[in-house]
Amino acid sequence: MGLIDIKEGNVLFTTLDTIVSWGRQSSLWPLTFGLACCAIEMIATGCSRYDTDRFGIVFRPSPRQSDVMIVAGTMTKKMAPAVKRLYEQMPEPKWVIAMGGCASAGGPFNTYSVVQGTHLVVPVDVYIPGCPPRPEAFMYGILQLQEKIKREMPSIMPSVLSRLKI
Amino acid sequence: MKEKGKQIESASLDDSLIVKKVRGRFGKSVIETTIFCGEVTHVVDKDVLIDVCDFVKREPDLQFNFLSDVLGVDCRETLSCFEVVYHLYSIPFKNRLRIKVRVREDETVPSVTSLWRSADFAERETFDMFGIVFEGHPNLKRIYMPMEWEGYPLRKDYPLTGFKDRYNPFGVEKKT
Repeated sequence: MGLIDIKEGNVLFTTLDTIVSWGRQSSLWPLTFGLACCAIEMIATGCSRYDTDRFGIVFRPSPRQSDVMIVAGTMTKKMAPAVKRLYEQMPEPKWVIAMGGCASAGGPFNTYSVVQGTHLVVPVDVYIPGCPPRPEAFMYGILQLQEKIKREMPSIMPSVLSRLKI
Repeated sequence: MKEKGKQIESASLDDSLIVKKVRGRFGKSVIETTIFCGEVTHVVDKDVLIDVCDFVKREPDLQFNFLSDVLGVDCRETLSCFEVVYHLYSIPFKNRLRIKVRVREDETVPSVTSLWRSADFAERETFDMFGIVFEGHPNLKRIYMPMEWEGYPLRKDYPLTGFKDRYNPFGVEKKT
């Protein structure tokens, strides 16, 4: 980035990728998606004590308005089709955070009814360990996702390329 | 109100009202009666289940008007049958009673939905987990597992980790 002083105001130089990524990482709107006890920690993180609003994270009730899906809790095989559908309903670009041991790898439930990790249903960007993770851990996971988004290059993202048929 | 401690002491095979009434009325159809922690369990014949349930519900001295739960037990290894357990509670007398029936894999159990509406979901759960069919149930289909699920997960021969599929790579390989 570069800054040039001219008489009436300043001019900022940057690349399109940087400014778009900066915009995306600063307004991550997660899909409210609590499946089990992790949801309580997610709610606690969203409330005034930890306050995710200061990162531009505002929980949305609809997948159509969301950028990031936080899978918070144990995902059962019965729930998996619903998770997949909600993920597909989200507009691009979209990211997924697997919150807690269950969403990451099935947790303690290596049983007939539990999906052994969110990555078996939808692609995951960030895994947050913990059972459940404390709000600090959850916020660290969000910051990691922001770092990841910062390094993305939206202009050459495969999904964009496929849409443009280049 | 009865004292809880006294009630436990007084409950024995002979003098408990729940034992006397049911055994007196149904005689040999009551296969076995046990008392544990002051709570009575009757193992009854499958053919008289509806009659026993109707009796303990309507008898003025018993009034088991609340069905807490219906559940199954897979005891095919020991008794070579399933058990269906009915947990009853008498709201006026604050008594509890368990009624068990034994059912082979190829048999059905009469539904008690006509006596207690709460049996609807409980029997569906037992069907879902053990595959025990309740005859006369108004809507006998799976309740917890997805509709297209194969097998009955709480049976002893069903693996704990389930079968290997796209959601569980650690499951047991399915024999074909």
